[in-house]
Amino acid sequence: MPSMLEISPEEIEHNRIYAEMGLSDQEYKQVVSLLGRRPNHTEIGLFSVMWSEHCSYKNSKPLLKKFPTEGPQVLQGPGEGAGIIDIGDEQAVVFKIESHNHPSAVEPYQGAATGVGGIIRDVFSMGARPIALLNSLRFGSLKHPRIKYLFEEVVRGIAGYGNCVGVPTVGGEVQFDDAYEGNPLVNAMCVGLIDHKDIQKGIAAGVGNTVMYVGAKTGRDGIHGATFASEELSEEAESKRPSVQVGDPFMEKLLIEACLEVIHHDALIGMQDMGAAGLTSSASEMASKAGTGMEMNLDHIPQRELNMSPYEMMLSESQERMLLVIEKGREQEIRKIFEKYDLEAVAVGEVIEERRFRLFHKGEVAADVPVDALAEDAPVYRQPSCVPEYFKEFQAMEDYQSTIEDYEKTLIDLLKQPTIASKEWVYDQYDSMVQTNTVVTPGSDAAVLRVRGTKKALAMTTDCNSRYIYLDPEMGGKIAVAEAARNIVCSGARPLGLTDGLNFGSPENPEIFWQMEKSVDGMSEACEQLEAPVISGNVSLYNESYGKAIYPTPIVGMVGLIEDTAHITRSDFQRSGDLIYVIGKAQAEFGGSELQGILEGRHFGKPPHIDLEVEKKRQSHLLTAIQAGVVQSAHDISEGGLAVALAESLFAQEFGCKVELEGDTAAELFAETQSRFIISVSPEKQKEWEQLMTEAVLIGRVIDDGEYRLNVNGQPIIHTVTNKLKDAWKGAIPCLVKSKA
Amino acid sequence: MKFAVVVFPGSNCDRDMYHAVKEGLNEEADLVWYLDADLSSYDAILLPGGFSYGDYLRSGSIASTSPIVQQIKKAAADKKPVLGVCNGFQILLESGLLPGAMLANRDLKFMCHQEELRVENNKTMFTSEYQKDGLIHLPIAHGEGNYYCDDATYQQLKDNEQIVFTYTNNPNGSTGDIAGIVNETGNVLGMMPHPERAVESLLGNADGLRLFQSILTYWRNNHAIHA
Repeated sequence: MPSMLEISPEEIEHNRIYAEMGLSDQEYKQVVSLLGRRPNHTEIGLFSVMWSEHCSYKNSKPLLKKFPTEGPQVLQGPGEGAGIIDIGDEQAVVFKIESHNHPSAVEPYQGAATGVGGIIRDVFSMGARPIALLNSLRFGSLKHPRIKYLFEEVVRGIAGYGNCVGVPTVGGEVQFDDAYEGNPLVNAMCVGLIDHKDIQKGIAAGVGNTVMYVGAKTGRDGIHGATFASEELSEEAESKRPSVQVGDPFMEKLLIEACLEVIHHDALIGMQDMGAAGLTSSASEMASKAGTGMEMNLDHIPQRELNMSPYEMMLSESQERMLLVIEKGREQEIRKIFEKYDLEAVAVGEVIEERRFRLFHKGEVAADVPVDALAEDAPVYRQPSCVPEYFKEFQAMEDYQSTIEDYEKTLIDLLKQPTIASKEWVYDQYDSMVQTNTVVTPGSDAAVLRVRGTKKALAMTTDCNSRYIYLDPEMGGKIAVAEAARNIVCSGARPLGLTDGLNFGSPENPEIFWQMEKSVDGMSEACEQLEAPVISGNVSLYNESYGKAIYPTPIVGMVGLIEDTAHITRSDFQRSGDLIYVIGKAQAEFGGSELQGILEGRHFGKPPHIDLEVEKKRQSHLLTAIQAGVVQSAHDISEGGLAVALAESLFAQEFGCKVELEGDTAAELFAETQSRFIISVSPEKQKEWEQLMTEAVLIGRVIDDGEYRLNVNGQPIIHTVTNKLKDAWKGAIPCLVKSKA
Repeated sequence: MKFAVVVFPGSNCDRDMYHAVKEGLNEEADLVWYLDADLSSYDAILLPGGFSYGDYLRSGSIASTSPIVQQIKKAAADKKPVLGVCNGFQILLESGLLPGAMLANRDLKFMCHQEELRVENNKTMFTSEYQKDGLIHLPIAHGEGNYYCDDATYQQLKDNEQIVFTYTNNPNGSTGDIAGIVNETGNVLGMMPHPERAVESLLGNADGLRLFQSILTYWRNNHAIHA
């Protein structure tokens, strides 16, 4: 395919070619003023991707500043490939989450697969070995054939990439709601482990040093991917299929091993992956961060296709590529390492003193722009915000009261809700054990991996109940962080920090911007209170299709530290005869609940309230009790309320239980009141437990007869067979996937 | 005893195998890169799981053509224990060291979980520490683990007691519920389940450790005779 004829600077201005690339008239003028002349086609291409929301955070920067990002344990906050947190013994944990929503909407397998590949590169570009993957997925209702297709292919794509590359996929969450019908969410998180001495940054320091290109060749795939990610999805989305990259996990596996070898080589100055906006962002950001400039000769870029133009090369998002800066004269040493893995490492440029980003192609200057203009000087917008009508309406509503006739049937219906039902169909397709560190496999509150050679372990989870956030972004934002921390604490860990995956509609809509603002406020407050700083993150805006925005979905990916593997705690009951306790009193809170969803077919009103001080206190007491060795199992009460959490705790070993509750039946069973836990304790530890956790209320006992018995105010409310509940819970998703619409 | 763990481009259970030998069995092991390998000094050869060459073409097929396979064949001919797990099994099939072929799983999906296995033959150098017909659990993690062979080969495998492990609840559609087989001389074992993932109770299962212990027992007995 011959490359497009270059469009002249005059034509770009006259025909507003920049607008097709996503730049506004105002932004175009700003480029002209920064350059002191009209940009050529390649140059306007560079600006359009670097100034896209995806690369510049131009609409979200003012909000991101609100997040607490510091803490004594933070070694690297936001701004690099991924954040880093100290875990002692000269070791650290590295992690980040990233979205791949729009690519997955048009080409689900490759969209999801390359999302995984990209986030893995972010982690090993810091010098860390990737040790775990998690994800957070949102789809419309599984009743629709198109949604089934998206769901099946996204899961297959994540599996296809993660399994091959040898990083275990250990956890995640999947929720289904009509709000995501036209715009699914695919967020992938990677966790890595690193020795302090190996920490590596993406900088192009040292004038004269050599810029090397490593990995797969550059093709025409993914051109303008970052721009595509920064627009609303429309009918034309299908035509954006060529904007979706194609992944090669085998190449990535070779890159991981080669780059982790290069990390130990003293000729390496800096390393960054070519993610969104490919060569453009990696090169210009490395120079910008180092306070240098860079020259590259595009003739040397390894190319997969003939006659690629500078524009195409610079905007390609071909996968599995890295950019390295190497001490001048030592290129051969680096080349040798990559050769072992059959990988090309090619010198393509040089670090220069002049703070310019200059590209040569066939003997001519293809682009020459100030390096900071691309990264640092990107515009920042403070979008107007306004309180949505729906919010005012919801706040004014009376508390939602449910009428339930058959409690057992309601419990079964809840267990069959795809958001609550077993996700085994999903995680069975993921290799969750490779690298042999996974202690708690998917299905518990958080995944747990031991740190080989130490007594320590890491707990990790992704969480976000977007219904609560839609109903009340500030309250919902607090809950998202608190719930993630709750899951971490239940597994026996202290929260270390989090990465945020902010997924919203168009920031240019004041009501959407208000959702962004408020949820960030809520999350920030919870981060402060729970001492979990934000160390990395990703922003995905314009998640709209046919004019309808998704629910605001700021996903929290959290990692915690378990001091001793003996503290590792699971969410399911461990032994017959153990005592069952509940922490926290149920309130009749049903706004945004699963119960409201099945009874009303929609969500409205106020979400549950959360008091962060109460949350903090309970989490800290529970962790103390777990560390003291008095807790057998710990499970947070979330979607579906206590009745669901209790059932889930029984399933693994198909136990029975006898539980007595006092109060309003519907609330006791199904309310989603926050900061609550179900704990099991062995009878020998009863005294010690009750002293440590004075708030805990004894509600029953684990029994080995496989019968689920639940009484309220002395009256039998549910008496059924655990396996009947388990079958409903386990069978729901396979049944929905297989059924013909 | 000294084990070689052969690392192909795309192997990803190589370190797991290495740790199983070093920390589980407390014996020596080296990660041996497929190009610069000299396997002659090793007492046993381990082919780990993963996606050698990305499973492109067919799983195991490209790796089976690399020069190191000649050395693996030599080790097999010398009656040294050769163990191929998952992708390692696929490589053994593709290189003709074991009969049969691998198909995609019956449900066409990758699957990863614990499976119950029956020890069909505990008289091999890999299974002496297990009980005959004993039930054990090992993790599986594969997309192409549906072992296939024709009726004549299957009959032969049965007659020669080459079937070592079977699934009690066949997850992938394999012929005769086969999970692992040995060659006729009994020193080359290919199996889909991962014993190296089951060598410590912290990770929930140590049933795989006895497989490595069996190899060690065999070697000690054998070594004593020669010495």
